Amino acid sequence: MPGVATPESLRTLPTDEIRQLLWRLSDRYAHQLLIQSARAVARGPVARLVAAGQRHSHDWTPEKAALLQEFDAAGLTSVYLDPEHGGFIDGPKNLALALVAFELAWVDAGAATCSLAGHLALAPIHERGTPEQRAFYLSRTLPAQPGEDRQTWRGAFCLTEPIPYVGVETGLLNGKLRVDSWDGAEPMLRVEKRGRFITNMGFATFVTAAVDSDDERIKGSCMVVLEETDPGVFDRGTPTRKLVHQLSSTNDPIFSLTVPASRIVGGYTVENGVIVPRFSHGEVIEAVFRRTRVTVGLMTAAKLLSAVEPVLRYQRTRFRGGESIAPGSPRYELGLQQREDAIHRLVDIWAAGEASASIGFATARLFDELDPIERRKQEIFAERGIAGARAQMRAMAKISDEAVAHLRDPQAKPADELVNYALLDSVANVLCPAVKLWNTGQGATMMREAVSLMGGYGITEDCPGFLGYKWMDSQLEATYEGPEAVQRRQLSITMTNDVFLAQFHFWTREMRAIAARRPGTGACTIASAMQLWSWTLAHLQRTADANGAKLYQGNRQGVTFPLADALCWLLAARCQILDVLELEARAAERPDLADVSAGYVAFLSDLCHVQAARAAGEAGRICTELVYGYRRHPSWDDACAAGCCQSEAADALEGLIPGFGASAVTYMDVIEADGAHPDKAGPCVRFPALQTFQRLRAKLDGCLTGARLAKDRAADALTKVMIPEAPDYPA
Amino acid sequence: MGYHIVVCAGIVPDPLQSLEPVMGPGGPGLKNEAMLPAVLDPWGAHALYEAAHLARQHADSKVWLVSFAPKAKLQQVMMTIAQKVAFELVAIDGAAHGFTDASGVAATIAEAVAGIAGLDRSKLLLFGGWESASRAAGATLSMAGERLGITDQFFGVDGITVGADGSFEILERVEGGQHQVSNCGGPPAVFGWATGSLHEPANNPQLGMTNMRALIPALQRAKAASPAPAGTFAGVAVPSQRRETRIVKDQSPDAIAKEIVEWIRQ
Repeated sequence: MPGVATPESLRTLPTDEIRQLLWRLSDRYAHQLLIQSARAVARGPVARLVAAGQRHSHDWTPEKAALLQEFDAAGLTSVYLDPEHGGFIDGPKNLALALVAFELAWVDAGAATCSLAGHLALAPIHERGTPEQRAFYLSRTLPAQPGEDRQTWRGAFCLTEPIPYVGVETGLLNGKLRVDSWDGAEPMLRVEKRGRFITNMGFATFVTAAVDSDDERIKGSCMVVLEETDPGVFDRGTPTRKLVHQLSSTNDPIFSLTVPASRIVGGYTVENGVIVPRFSHGEVIEAVFRRTRVTVGLMTAAKLLSAVEPVLRYQRTRFRGGESIAPGSPRYELGLQQREDAIHRLVDIWAAGEASASIGFATARLFDELDPIERRKQEIFAERGIAGARAQMRAMAKISDEAVAHLRDPQAKPADELVNYALLDSVANVLCPAVKLWNTGQGATMMREAVSLMGGYGITEDCPGFLGYKWMDSQLEATYEGPEAVQRRQLSITMTNDVFLAQFHFWTREMRAIAARRPGTGACTIASAMQLWSWTLAHLQRTADANGAKLYQGNRQGVTFPLADALCWLLAARCQILDVLELEARAAERPDLADVSAGYVAFLSDLCHVQAARAAGEAGRICTELVYGYRRHPSWDDACAAGCCQSEAADALEGLIPGFGASAVTYMDVIEADGAHPDKAGPCVRFPALQTFQRLRAKLDGCLTGARLAKDRAADALTKVMIPEAPDYPA
Repeated sequence: MGYHIVVCAGIVPDPLQSLEPVMGPGGPGLKNEAMLPAVLDPWGAHALYEAAHLARQHADSKVWLVSFAPKAKLQQVMMTIAQKVAFELVAIDGAAHGFTDASGVAATIAEAVAGIAGLDRSKLLLFGGWESASRAAGATLSMAGERLGITDQFFGVDGITVGADGSFEILERVEGGQHQVSNCGGPPAVFGWATGSLHEPANNPQLGMTNMRALIPALQRAKAASPAPAGTFAGVAVPSQRRETRIVKDQSPDAIAKEIVEWIRQ
């Protein structure tokens, strides 16, 4: 259009420099090295295996086994290790592991799982093991260094058992532990355990297994380390016939082994002749899963973002090759991108991918921050003699009050370490299940969209970017480490924590402040949706349904689960907005990005706006259903008739107010003397106590202003963005 | 005897990118140049791997990498290269595209090499690409060598063998897939590498971390250099012949060779 400047937008797909700023990696060189290393493995050996059809077999083949050496050579095996054990990253590894998973899952999530499962096996030892256990197992998993002649140990994590319908259920165990002999100082234990869906089992050297006591001389449950050379049966079992993630090794093993009691993870004490493990299996698993669930969520995020380039390429080249399609013509150059639907749908996929990556990496960073503080909390409790779960819970309850009080000045860092812990822990307890639930659940839905955009390829193995495989894989990720119901259940408890809610209210104000500064980001929409969600939660917590039953309660999953779903949408959109603001602020300090940063910020802001509108729409829908849905719908019965106008009364009022009788039927439900009523869908509902909700909902709807224009701009950018001439891995 | 090997290698856009020359306010360049992913110039990369290989075989050897490139892009490239072999970086902050004057770049590189602390000229082997992927003029390394006073220069090198007396036997590529065999008494010498015979080392973050400790300060110390352009450009345009890249998967080496032979016969 003459006289109207074209708004700046992205010129190329986001580069590493942009991603580093978005995900706060620009000063973390070890992580940047790791990304490049993992990427080289993913887009090289892993991609070649997938292209060669290795996913067609459930068995652990020599070709798949060769990946382990690739992981070793690229340093991926040693990511989890501290420098004292041969690793190269000091401090917490949550973000590092998340990045490895992200890069590998960009090509194949089975390979990512194969890489991560070894770390999962080590996690119980790392998080809860004794110093001796840590030193022994961590150093052996380090690949042999030049000049060394030793085998690299590899681990598997064995929790799941062949109990019917039980997935990752931490409360049910069939695996048993008995005292085999106790002649000397060290008791020997007999472990009987049958595993199900155990990753890495085809080649594991050792297994960390959850077992329950079957002996009065052992108290409770624990995790034990089993080694393949232990006396007894170490049967790796048959490969699981999985439809997905076939580049990982998954078997149903059988163990019947005798091991020394020193293999109990975290150690034990002997009290009155009873072996008391220091940690129950539940305590160990809690420490492990709350971290590793985040990486699974990011595996699905990688799939969505990896779909953008193949779909763009397909859309543009869709019609090339036809005799009547001349180079330079719009049909040749734009292909399917001439039509709005194709690019609008791709914008939705991209926006969802950005949001899921943002919340995933934000959570990984949060756990990196939390890890040392959590260790410090344990030390403080030990110093104060506060032992046992209940005593610690009581102590934390007091600290929670201080944490809420501290939020009056949320910008100030708490002076008290435990207050700081309470603040971070309450958020981590929500974000971890939220990432796992939303990224994988909504991610699977959006991957279906991505595959559907590859119409010409159909659902075939030729689908570029392995999108068909990724779609199926994402469904499995929704069940890994606790299916969706487990995450929703956890969220329904953690999201009502006072410390979290206090921070959530602060975040709402923060979004409003951002909206004032950067109106085009969708922050206003998210703030309104957060306000609606908060009001709905408070309303449901104090309200009963039409039958008088309490609405927000543990067993009422029809209320708690949808509200948890709604929260996830909002948290993801919030993280996405914060990332773009970070990019905007940091890119301004970078001369090398001076020419292009405005374009990326503008485009990614539009994606935020699109995603914010979608998130607010979902949250609004859910809240509205919950607020209105548990009220009894009026009917023409006696209970309702009391609220209707009787025709005799209307006629009587006609004398006082001329025209009342005729107009009453328009504005009111009028019942005739014989009980007849107007021919309409039903009596009108009234909401005397819900004006605030109606106002908030109306405000939220209005906040969607401009969202579709943002989508139009983003879609237009997709028709112009430069993509590589060829994919960088076979497909 | 140990060698002091200085490898000259710039960066170039990732070959998978669509490259389009454009005339910008600062002269000719590539469209979206600042945002194109970059890699170490493949010829220079071969030289670097050969240098590391040679250094590993001879005690007291050391490798420097002198790179004339935009330092922000160079930092990104180093996230990969620093993981492959051990070296010390000497960064010169300048344009990486192929429109700068080779003699100006050579002068800057020679000055940087001469300024390397602890470099023993009597042990100096100047390595680099036979040509570069950005312009393929094949002139820069030669001129840098001349400015450093090194007159023993070899190009299209595919292999060097160190003799018992410290001399080199050098395989230089000639036409028809054959090599010319030369002998050189020893350092100093210039080697413009072809592809050599080494595979690309796998990334190793542990090695990368070791290199990064010196690499980031080197990037921060990088001096800006802006040699004069190679000339004036009246305009730049897309080449008339478009590159048609065909992506084929699961093709056996025999099938690929057969197809190449048929293409040559056309």
